[in-house]
Amino acid sequence: MSQHDVIVVGTGLAGLTAATRLAEGGARVLVLAKGVGATHLSPCTIDVLGYAPDRVTDPGAALAKLDDDHPYAAVGRDGIAAAIAWFAGAMRERNPYVGGLERNLLLPTAVGALKPTAVVPETMAAGDGGDGVLVVGFHALKDFHAPLLADNLTRGGIEARAVELDLVPEGRVDVNSLGFARAFDDPAFRAEVASQLVARLGADERVAFPAVLGIADAPAAWGELRERLARPVFEVPTLPPSVPGMRVFAVLRERLRRAGVRMILNAVVGGAERTGGRVTAVTARVGLRDVVHGCDWVVLASGGFASGGLELDSRWNARERALGLPVSGVPEGERFRPDYFDEQPMARAGVAVDGALRPEGHENVLVAGATLAGAQPWKEKSGDGISLATGHRAAELILGASVPSEPAKAGA
Amino acid sequence: MTAEHDVLGDLMRGSLDHCVKCTICETFCPVSNVTPLFPGPKYVGPQAERFRVWDETSADQSLDYCSGCGVCTQVCPQGVHIAEINTQARAKLRERTGFKFRDRLLARPDVIGRLSTPVAPLVNLTLHNGATRAIGEKLLGLDRNAALPSYPGRTFQRWARKRTSLAAARRVAYFHGCGANWSEPDMGEKTVELLEWLGCQVDVPKGQLCCGLPAQSNGMFDLARKYTRRMAKTLAPSARAGVDIVGTSTSCTLMLKREAREILGLDGDADLRAVSDGIYDICEYLLMLHDRGELRTDFKPLPITVTYHAPCQQQGHGVGKPALDLMALVPELTVIENDAVCCGVAGTYGLKHEKYGIAMDVGRRLFGQIADAKPELAVCDSETCRWHIEAATGVKSVHPIEILHRAAGLS
Repeated sequence: MSQHDVIVVGTGLAGLTAATRLAEGGARVLVLAKGVGATHLSPCTIDVLGYAPDRVTDPGAALAKLDDDHPYAAVGRDGIAAAIAWFAGAMRERNPYVGGLERNLLLPTAVGALKPTAVVPETMAAGDGGDGVLVVGFHALKDFHAPLLADNLTRGGIEARAVELDLVPEGRVDVNSLGFARAFDDPAFRAEVASQLVARLGADERVAFPAVLGIADAPAAWGELRERLARPVFEVPTLPPSVPGMRVFAVLRERLRRAGVRMILNAVVGGAERTGGRVTAVTARVGLRDVVHGCDWVVLASGGFASGGLELDSRWNARERALGLPVSGVPEGERFRPDYFDEQPMARAGVAVDGALRPEGHENVLVAGATLAGAQPWKEKSGDGISLATGHRAAELILGASVPSEPAKAGA
Repeated sequence: MTAEHDVLGDLMRGSLDHCVKCTICETFCPVSNVTPLFPGPKYVGPQAERFRVWDETSADQSLDYCSGCGVCTQVCPQGVHIAEINTQARAKLRERTGFKFRDRLLARPDVIGRLSTPVAPLVNLTLHNGATRAIGEKLLGLDRNAALPSYPGRTFQRWARKRTSLAAARRVAYFHGCGANWSEPDMGEKTVELLEWLGCQVDVPKGQLCCGLPAQSNGMFDLARKYTRRMAKTLAPSARAGVDIVGTSTSCTLMLKREAREILGLDGDADLRAVSDGIYDICEYLLMLHDRGELRTDFKPLPITVTYHAPCQQQGHGVGKPALDLMALVPELTVIENDAVCCGVAGTYGLKHEKYGIAMDVGRRLFGQIADAKPELAVCDSETCRWHIEAATGVKSVHPIEILHRAAGLS
C-alpha cells in the first residue's frame, strides 16, 4: 500500500486547486479521479456570487446575505479573497486573470445574456462595457452563433452586429473550439483573421470572438488581435469543449507535474478504511483491480450529481459515491419545479460540512466543490467560486493542520 | 459463464449510455487532433456505436483510423469504455472488409521473430535498406520510414535457459514478451539481473510466445484469443503458485492484466483469470515493493539527463508513472518528464503506410520536447514506442529498467 499525506479525489477546479496548493505547500499528494474534470466544460470565469437573489454588483459585500449552511460560510470573505489571490498568482504567467471581490463584471454569454462574474481571464474582461460590439463568428464553428449573440445583446441594450468569416483551419471541414484555438496559435491564421476584419470595424466598437483565441499562448493571440484591430477585443465562452477551461487545466496540471504529484485517472474511489473518525486509506477501482492507498487526509472533490460524485436513485435515495458520506438536503416534498430557471429545491442537496469543511463524523476528510450541500450554483452564479474557494480552503486547513473548532461566518 | 464471457458484459457497450457528449475525449485524442480522417472518439465511439448493427455494413469506416491508444477511456469522466467499444467495432469491421496480408504479418510478431532470428543479418539488411523498404511499402503497405525492430540473431529465452536464479525469499516470474525475446534480449537480461540484485529469484516460464495484443489491435480476435489462451496457460502455473508475474512490455502486460478479459471476452478462461490477478508492469511492481519498504535502494549516482515518456498503454494500467518515482531514487540523475499522451506509433498503427504520417504528426510534440531537452537517453516503457522515438529524434531510447540496472552498478 502506498502512503500519502493527502489523497485528493477529483480533477475539477476544486480538486486541482486543492492538490496544487497542497503540493506546493510541501504535502505529498496523490490525485485519484474517474476522469478529467469539469474545467473542460466550464467557461472558467470565477463567478463568486452573481445573484442573491437579485443581481449582485459587489460580491464581497453580498456574501453576508447567504445562509450559514452555504459552503462560503466555511471559508469566509478573507478565505475567498485568499483563494482568488492564489489563483491569480498561479495563472499570472500563462493565463492571466483580472477582477476581484469588489465588483462583478457583466460579461456576455454565448447566447448574449449578461452574466455577473467576479474574476475572469483578461481575454474576456473587455466584454464588460457599454460600447457597441462587433461579434465575429466562423461558419465552420458550429458551437458559436454570432448573429444570435448579437441580436440578444442588442435586445438587452448593447448595440451589436455580427460578421461570420469563412476561414477554416487547414484541412478541416468540421472544427470544434479546440481546433480553432490551435489555428489561432498560428500567427498566419491570426493575421488572416485580422486582415478580413480591419475594413469592417466601426469607430467605437468592441470586438467579440468565440473563446478560441489560442490554447498554447492565449495572451499572445489576444494581444496581437487587439493591436492589429486597434479595438478592445474579448472572448465569449462557447459550448464545450471550453478552451478557457482547458487553459486553466493545463496550467494547474503542469504545476502538479512540477511538484511531483502522482495523478491517476480511471481510478474510481469506492470505499475507505477507517479507524474511529479517521479515514486511513481509500480503495480505488482501477481496471479490474481494487487498489488501496493509505493517507493522513482526504480532500473529496468528486463533483455533484452532474459529475457523478453524488447519485440519486429512482427511490430518491441520494448517496455520495466515493466514501459513502451522508447526503443532506434532499427535499421530502417538491424536489423539482417545472420552470428550469426557478429555484430548484434539489439544488441544495449535497454533503453538509462543519466550519472546517469536515462532514459529520470525519476528522480528516475535507469536502470541496460541487459535492457540498447548501448552494444553488446555477441560480446564484457561484459554481467555480465555490470550487476555487473551498478547494483552496481545504488545502490551507490541512497545511495549517490546526482545524478550527468554531465555524467561520460568511462575510466575516 | 461461457468461454467467451466479457468481464464487463453489457456494461462495455452499455457504458455508451453514460456519454453526456462533453467532448473531453475529443480534446485529448491525439489522432483526431492531427488529422480530419479520424472524426474523434466521441463520434466514432458512443455516437456511431448506436447505429452499428452487426450484420449490416456501416457506411462509415473512419474508426479504422483510431490508433487504439486508449487515452479517451482514461480521460472520460463518465466511465464510458470508448477505446474498448472502438476496438470491438473495428474487429467487426475488419471481419467484413477482410484482413490485409500486412496486418496478418503484424499480428504475429512471434512467428516473424522465430523466422528472422536464424537469418538475422539478412533480415536486418532487408528491414533497414532503402530499396527493400520501398518495395515493402509498395507490396505490403509498410511505410518505408517506419521504425522496425532489428534482430540480434539470439534470443532471450536461450540465455534464460542456461541460467539458474539463486533461491531467494521473493520469487517472481518474468513475462518477457516478443520484443525482449527476439529484438531486445539485452533488456530482458538486464531485467533478470536487476531483479536478482534486488533480491528476487527469477523464473522465466518456458514457451512464451505472443500475448495476442497485435492480433487484437488488427481486429483478428480469433487469432488473438488463441495467442492469449496459450500465453495464459504458460504463465498460469506461476500465478497459481503465488509467484508474482512481472512484465517489461507494458502494453502486453496490460493485455494480460485487463484488455483480453474486457475486449476479447476471455473472462471465462481460468488461466487468464489467474494470470490477470497476479501480473504487474515491472515498474508498478518495484514501486509497490518500495511503498512497502522492501526495495533495495542503494543506487549509485548516475549524473546524466534523461527524458521520460509514459506511453499511452502504460497509462492504461492506472498506476500513475511509477518509473518516475523509481528513477527519483537514483542520485544525481536528472529526469525531464514529457507530457505528450502518445508518441503516435501505438503498437503497429504507425508502421502502416497510410498511417505513418499521422503517427509522426501525433509524436511531434513529444519529439520536440525530447529534442529541446538534449538528453543522453529517452526513457520509455514500451518497445515499439522506443523504436519510433529513436527513429524520429535520433536519441537512444531505453526501458526504465536499463537506468536502474546502471544505477545498481550492473552496467
